[in-house]
Amino acid sequence: MPPLEVVLQQAFNGLMLGVMYALVAVGFTLFFGVLDVIHFSHGDIFMLGAFTGLSLTFLWVAVGLGSPAVALPLTFLGAILATGLIGVLTGRGCVKPLAKAPPLMTLLATLSLGLVIREAVLIFYPRGADPKPFPALLPQGLFEVGGVVIRYENLIILAIGGAAMVLVDLIIKRTRIGASIRAVAQDAEAAQMMGVDLDRTVDFTFFLGAGLAAVAGILNGLYYSEIHFIMGIMAGVIGFSAAAVGGLGNVYGAILGGFLFGVLQTLAAAFIPRGSEFRDVVAFAVVMIFMVLKPTGILGEKPIERV
Amino acid sequence: MRDQTSPYARGGITRRDLLRTGVSAGLGLMAFRGPWRPAAAQAKKVVKLSFIGPLTGGTASNGLGGRNSFLLAVAERNADPKSKYRYETIVLDDECKPTVGVQAALKVGSDPEVIASVSHYCSVVAIATVDSFHKLGLPSMVWGAVLPDITYGHKHLEVTRVNGTMINQNHIAAEFAVKRLGFKTFSIIHDTTDYGRGHAKYFTEGLERVGGKILSTTGTAKDQKDYTAELTKVKAEKPEVIYYGGLTPDGVRVKVQMDKLGVKAQFQGTSGIKSDTFIETAGASAEGVYCFVEGAPTEKLPGGKKFLEAYSKMNFAEPSEAYGPFAYVATHLVIDAIEEVGPDRAKVAQKLKRTKKQDTIIGPVEFDEHGQNTVPLITTHVAQDGKWVVWEDSEYAAGKRELPGLKFKRERV
Repeated sequence: MPPLEVVLQQAFNGLMLGVMYALVAVGFTLFFGVLDVIHFSHGDIFMLGAFTGLSLTFLWVAVGLGSPAVALPLTFLGAILATGLIGVLTGRGCVKPLAKAPPLMTLLATLSLGLVIREAVLIFYPRGADPKPFPALLPQGLFEVGGVVIRYENLIILAIGGAAMVLVDLIIKRTRIGASIRAVAQDAEAAQMMGVDLDRTVDFTFFLGAGLAAVAGILNGLYYSEIHFIMGIMAGVIGFSAAAVGGLGNVYGAILGGFLFGVLQTLAAAFIPRGSEFRDVVAFAVVMIFMVLKPTGILGEKPIERV
Repeated sequence: MRDQTSPYARGGITRRDLLRTGVSAGLGLMAFRGPWRPAAAQAKKVVKLSFIGPLTGGTASNGLGGRNSFLLAVAERNADPKSKYRYETIVLDDECKPTVGVQAALKVGSDPEVIASVSHYCSVVAIATVDSFHKLGLPSMVWGAVLPDITYGHKHLEVTRVNGTMINQNHIAAEFAVKRLGFKTFSIIHDTTDYGRGHAKYFTEGLERVGGKILSTTGTAKDQKDYTAELTKVKAEKPEVIYYGGLTPDGVRVKVQMDKLGVKAQFQGTSGIKSDTFIETAGASAEGVYCFVEGAPTEKLPGGKKFLEAYSKMNFAEPSEAYGPFAYVATHLVIDAIEEVGPDRAKVAQKLKRTKKQDTIIGPVEFDEHGQNTVPLITTHVAQDGKWVVWEDSEYAAGKRELPGLKFKRERV
């Protein structure tokens, strides 16, 4: 049995990884819940959010706003707006026109869109093929509690990630647009008859999902200090799997699925002999088992929670 | 009614008309084909050579340096009046991906005018294309990949290699870490490609020879993003050195996350992390990282100065990088063989496989029966102030600075 501090450290690692996955998974679940669409380019929107954030940090330095206290909120704000608007455009250009087409068409269209976004970053971002260092905008340094290393930036990342998820939940539950989203998720036609503006609601859902992906992308950059144009591929696959395990369409399910995935991967790598070679195998095998035993996901049968 | 001015007006074409038309057409054709060239130049047969390497991706800097060096060698031979042939080039990007590399090999191999190829920086690609080059009968000289099986894993005539293998590199790396620096305990992390596994295997062999102790060996997926679980496990073992067998993007992640988790160990890499991208992306975390590369810094090679002068005259946008001189030498060896035996793939392959005692800018080149250069030279590099510096020239070797791993070791005592 490994020492307690190692177990606790691994638990903390799993928690951090879980936040990264959960933020992406919530995006997937939003699109599915409202539009019945599996938005497969969401992983690449997450990558685009990270690159948008990185570009904005250069902009703030260039205009004399390079101080982290100023640059960080501006980076989040700018990236959420820019990526959110791109999300709306992708919805209007790629998903809405296929609203009446078979689901396979939407799936293919979003998959292709992801490829376009990825290749565009590779080709048009300066030296886009190389990994890019992400500036340290959060306080550096660490402290130890019972042998567990905790970095200040990790705590802030957890706080921002948690706040983003709570905020999404509040928007959905406590605001007028959130009520529209819930109404469309329940029954789009009935919602329209009750006066809900469907186009506006769908646009906002895309904005919210893509904005959340931007937050996830920036947090990913801050946590790993590095971003790469291929980062969205695996994040997308895991985010979608996490959302499916938690119950597609359920925000809490997506969060739960994200943490489950993070913890599973960490446990596999940490405690199974040669487990790090099979961490993805273990995590995805569990997804398969879940899908077989409970196809609706862990929280998928709670229609009241469906967004 | 007939036009009286037409030659046909007289009811036929005269001999004078034919002569006049023929001369005009001849002059016109000559003018169309361009300026007059000496008979010898006109007679030169065109021979195509291909270059395959990673021109995009994390290792693109090495690929671009290799490509430029290849183009330099071809330009030199085309400018040489003694050359029997005029050499044209085909440059393809293998993206450091086996499938893309095989496609590139098939593409150049199916063009009968391509007589030889100077191919591959990445081992995973080079090992994947061995059979393709063999089946196509296309001679391919590897200029950067270090996996031993690329030359030692088969008996094909077509594949040869001008640079050393990871066997030499890792044996020297183990000796350096144990005997020179005094490290005793090692945790090995490697990617699970043939490249990463090969490095781990030969470094383990090297450590066994010099008495280093391996605490654990961990395989990880290529392009893995999060290494915190593996590093937390390794941290508990308290190794003096964490050895990483893999390429730049993953190497950056391992090193940066090591520092974030407070792992107090020296980071040791392989030739796979020796790129400017590693230092640029890892930033301050790169300081004090050391690695090993076949060959020596270009300026220290026997013909390095001449090579660098010629390279700078070509005004390439990218530097030649560590393996550029190898691509340059491989290209010259290939052209030497073509000049000697003619543009025949089989004969060129035979000739290249028997390369003996060739004096080149990287020193003497001599191939063994596997087509492997047996005169390898390994140089240690250390990251110092945002640059790779040859160990012997560094402040770490001079004792002015202390490697992070040595500092941690001293603090433990």
